[in-house]
Amino acid sequence: MIMRQSATATVELNTEWRGKFTAEPFEVAWASEAIYFIRALESEGVPGGVNARVQISPDGMHWCDEGTLVPLPSAPGTAYARVTHFGGWLRLEGELPNGAHMKVIVHLVLKS
Amino acid sequence: MTSDLRQALLHSDPSLSRFNPLERILFYDDFNQGMQGWTALIGNYEDSLDSMLPEYRDIRPPMLSNLSMWDSGTVGTLTGNYALKLATRPRPDSISVGIKRMTFRHAGPIRLEAFFTFKPEATELRLAETDVRAVGVLFDLQVSDRTIENPLRVMPHIRYLNALDGKAVERWQYKSERMSMYEIGGSGKTRSHFHLAPEGWADLPGGDQRLCYNEIATKHNWYYLRLDFDLETMSYLGLQCNDRVFEVSDIEPMQIPAMPNLWCMLNSFFWVESDCDSRAFLYLDSVLLSAEMGE
Repeated sequence: MIMRQSATATVELNTEWRGKFTAEPFEVAWASEAIYFIRALESEGVPGGVNARVQISPDGMHWCDEGTLVPLPSAPGTAYARVTHFGGWLRLEGELPNGAHMKVIVHLVLKS
Repeated sequence: MTSDLRQALLHSDPSLSRFNPLERILFYDDFNQGMQGWTALIGNYEDSLDSMLPEYRDIRPPMLSNLSMWDSGTVGTLTGNYALKLATRPRPDSISVGIKRMTFRHAGPIRLEAFFTFKPEATELRLAETDVRAVGVLFDLQVSDRTIENPLRVMPHIRYLNALDGKAVERWQYKSERMSMYEIGGSGKTRSHFHLAPEGWADLPGGDQRLCYNEIATKHNWYYLRLDFDLETMSYLGLQCNDRVFEVSDIEPMQIPAMPNLWCMLNSFFWVESDCDSRAFLYLDSVLLSAEMGE
């Protein structure tokens, strides 16, 4: 049996989110499954039901919603969403309501 | 093993024949096999990530890429499908670093070889040959804990300054100048200096070199790089890129007093810097670190 490859990328570290936000794109062509974790170090004014959208891309520049949503923690804590069949690129995009802010660590956990 | 037999074995191996390693191969990283232990550079911190020096707070991590382009599709790599990719954010001064950390067992010559290429993100239909500011390579070294006189941490930095402020430069540079060291947190045990800062670079004499940029941003030609350094004298031994061998015997590496917990450190880095509001990409097809045999 060939052992499967795996890697965890910290795509955002201690990043401040206000208003519209995008987590940096990441190349994932080698992987077949992924989990996005959003760890809120700080979360103020974020109501329940606000999500980040998982997006896919053919080239890292043009993006489509993949359909998966990652809930945004309304208090310090960690949320996640699983994604499969995503092609070569992944990123997150979203928007916080006026006056809300988060400080986040975003992990992308990949497995071949 | 005789030298002739060793050479014959190396040259009969398609994966190693393109390298010219010293006697002992410390690692050979083919990124078709995965990340191979190359990871992100993180600044030092205590208690809070906010204690990190500002320049370290957003250094981008490495990833695996198959070089898929919007116009031509997948480029792949020199020897397969995946390269180690360093990607900046789309803004000037953004930097991405890949690092591999080990220690040495013999204070002698070492040789880092790589096949690499760099390009900006192809967001615009133009040449974009000055979008990538620089790509670089460095060792982070510290002498043995048995060193009595003037123990040092030594950091040879070499970069190819492709462009600056939108103008082509196309020159190899080195950095000897020490960067300011700051205390981090309140314990007195953690310090940090941003050694990759844009200040303090000097032109390598005779270090101008025009590479094969190859027109548009979606064409990639792989370059050969070799950096030789002596861990005994802590001095440069050689630098080569493609057909050009540069004179490095008169340049000095960055030196700082030894730190309490870095003895025999042998870290290898690559990095890329953006000069504008486009992402800068450095791709590594394969990397080989070799050393004199020693004990």
